[in-house]
Amino acid sequence: MKQYVSVTAKFDSDGNILPLTINWNDGRVFDIDRITDIRYAASLKAGGAGIRYTCRIKQNEKYLYLEENRWFINNEKEQ
Amino acid sequence: MHSDCNGFFASVECLYNPDIRNKPVAVCGDQDKRHGIILAKNEIAKKFNIKTGEPIWQALQKCPELVTAQAHYDRYIRFSKLCREIYSDYTDNIEPFGLDEAWLDVTGSTLVYGSGKDIAEEIRYRIKHELGITVSIGVSFNKIFAKLGSDYKKPDAVTVITKENYKDIVWKLKVSDLLYVGRATEKKLHKLGVLTIGELADFPLNLLRQNFGKWADILHNFSNGLDYSPVMKSDEVSAVKSIGNSTTAVRDLQSFEDAKIIFMVLCDSVCRRMREQGFRAKTVCISVRNTELSTFTRQKKLEISTNLTKDVLNACLKLFKQNYSFDKNIRSLGVSVSDFEPDYLSHQTSIFFSEEDIIRQEQLDCTIDTIKNRFGNYALKPAKLMFDKELAAFNPKEEHTVHPVGYF
Repeated sequence: MKQYVSVTAKFDSDGNILPLTINWNDGRVFDIDRITDIRYAASLKAGGAGIRYTCRIKQNEKYLYLEENRWFINNEKEQ
Repeated sequence: MHSDCNGFFASVECLYNPDIRNKPVAVCGDQDKRHGIILAKNEIAKKFNIKTGEPIWQALQKCPELVTAQAHYDRYIRFSKLCREIYSDYTDNIEPFGLDEAWLDVTGSTLVYGSGKDIAEEIRYRIKHELGITVSIGVSFNKIFAKLGSDYKKPDAVTVITKENYKDIVWKLKVSDLLYVGRATEKKLHKLGVLTIGELADFPLNLLRQNFGKWADILHNFSNGLDYSPVMKSDEVSAVKSIGNSTTAVRDLQSFEDAKIIFMVLCDSVCRRMREQGFRAKTVCISVRNTELSTFTRQKKLEISTNLTKDVLNACLKLFKQNYSFDKNIRSLGVSVSDFEPDYLSHQTSIFFSEEDIIRQEQLDCTIDTIKNRFGNYALKPAKLMFDKELAAFNPKEEHTVHPVGYF
């Protein structure tokens, strides 16, 4: 399911956007340890398309999408 | 090459709603506003023989489980833009044909990116993965065959039509597949015994001319692959030939007063667009469709070119009064203007109307435009429109951004 999330991101002086943490709606904050890939991609599971950041969060790989000016992830648990 | 997004509106809707992806889906207009026709359908719905343009109830008879989705034009425009961004990685010769189709000339990029087929495959792959919708692409040596190629195999496919194999592929297709062979032309061709594009290509040109006049040469050239029209550069904006708006009213129009309200809104939009582009028009054209869906258009030349809302409106109303007697109620109305000249030209003065009036009216319209641009379309409106708020509550200037286009 598509879930929009709150994200803290860094804009560098070249205009690149890098997400730093994902702020979950129950108050938990997940640090993004590393971003291994950035590309345009569609998410067929969540339903949307935008810039896809492949994020490493505590040994887990997770896709974080920036669609225009909103961030979303594919929340598998609620399916 | 020609690239065509398969069931564009429906694909985008399916992408956003994973739940409906494996069901027959059709994107429809707003039924409450009586725009309830099928605008696009996905591959599954296609199998039920659902056609673009048919009313929703008819489609539901063919396929009761059909999912009807509301249209989201902002999404389609965004995806259309994203597609064009991908195309522009390969060439700057991009000629859009509606929202979902485009011709690309990649001749100059073949040394960098490989053959036309390679580029087509790459574009197909990228659009599928980056945007989540599918395209079919036709690669050929002219625009007409490229378009045939993109229709030949779909969805998500690339068809290459070369000078060597076009006789095997193109010439076996039905004539109706050719661009600009519609129902009427097809019927006429069938009468002449022409069923396939190959037969059309071989048909004696002088006989064709007797039947089709100047279109004969076009049909002959199209079917023989002799179309040399270049793909436009993406920054070339073709000259505007006409500006128009039309609408299907929320309810049937029963009186002249009803029609006048609609005409006021339409003329306001058309004239604002005309003034934005810096034109004055000399010809005004109206189109009227009654409840039995029969349509007629009437046009008239004005004394002098104008971009004043009042003048255009009066011309419309006059045309309408002369040509319609309300024996049937009206379903939809349209207004368009053409024969443009730039608005900085000075015009012939006349003893029949006062220049001062024109200047005053121009200043008034200009002020209204400024107010509307700042505070929105509904900030200011004629008192007449308050009589029937429901009827007047539409904004053709901003709501209708999807224009059909012609090849010529």
